[in-house]
Amino acid sequence: MHEVGITRSIVEICEENARKQGATVVHSITVEIGELSGVVPDAVEFCFEACSKGTLLEGASLIIDRVAGRGRCAACHSECIMGPYSFECPDCGSMALQRVAGDELRVKEMEID
Amino acid sequence: MCIDCGCGPSNHDHTHSHDHEHHHEHGKGKGKTVRIEEDLLGKNNRLAANNRTRFARHQLFVLNLVSSPGSGKTSILERTLADLSDQLRFAVLEGDQQTANDADRIATTGVPVKQINTGAGCHLDAHMVGHGVDAFDLDATDILMIENVGNLVCPASFDLGEDHKVAVLSVTEGEDKPLKYPQMFQAADLMLINKIDLLPYLRFDVEKCKQFARQVNPDIRIIELSCHNGVGMEEWYEWLRHGVQNKVRDEA
Repeated sequence: MHEVGITRSIVEICEENARKQGATVVHSITVEIGELSGVVPDAVEFCFEACSKGTLLEGASLIIDRVAGRGRCAACHSECIMGPYSFECPDCGSMALQRVAGDELRVKEMEID
Repeated sequence: MCIDCGCGPSNHDHTHSHDHEHHHEHGKGKGKTVRIEEDLLGKNNRLAANNRTRFARHQLFVLNLVSSPGSGKTSILERTLADLSDQLRFAVLEGDQQTANDADRIATTGVPVKQINTGAGCHLDAHMVGHGVDAFDLDATDILMIENVGNLVCPASFDLGEDHKVAVLSVTEGEDKPLKYPQMFQAADLMLINKIDLLPYLRFDVEKCKQFARQVNPDIRIIELSCHNGVGMEEWYEWLRHGVQNKVRDEA
């Protein structure tokens, strides 16, 4: 359950930014979680209520943008959808797929007043 | 107050004195939108980079040992320390949720050791390691072994500032572990297949295991060994010696 630590980071980053902006309220926050990041969005959602309690983020909506995994083959340069278990290029069969998207773990934005 | 990470005794029990009343509705497109674009692992990665710079300054070769619980990480360390302590100067950081049992085992070899208990935490992070190594004289150390919490999931995401992750897999586990936990075997540069003295009693397919590991990480180096009867240990020691030599040369 490293999602607890990840969720705490979300809360810390957002609180810090909200304070800098002089916000009194945070309506929503948007977080990007890639499919290949090893972080389970549902677990982050589950932890968010507990981790945000007593902070500026308490009661804010958590919006999670899930980013699909994409790979590029180093051998034939074609791009494809990449799942967590796929390393073989579907076009040329070589084991040379490199991730180009899906690793994201980022706080994108928030709505404040 | 710690200079590197800004932590201090009062930092972890802060209270929030602001009060805001929730008369508004959340997440309905109200309010001002603020772009943040901040990486969630950013803090850990910054601290890991600090650790890495510090280790390089001391020409310290650092390994992060990861595996499931019970694969034999501590036993491999015990044997390695016993066999190599007259050639290389070791220090060991032990990560476990609770107990100092592993540190006690390492301490009997005479090598400096520090136990980190993560409590409910499932992995070591760069912050814990940065403080943990304060216990050692890094100028008098060639290799730092960090034994992570036995867990094939979470430690994959947390850089500690190590030179290499070393994944240990024992033959009493399934040979398909690299496929089941691909992130960890992708992140590792070396895989140790441990307990191979037990192969005659098991249906573990070593070749299949290697094939699975290379499927998720074509460049992974693999060493088969048994810290019980010593088979394969010399190859692992050679890898360690090589790593130390390269580190000293690169940072000199």
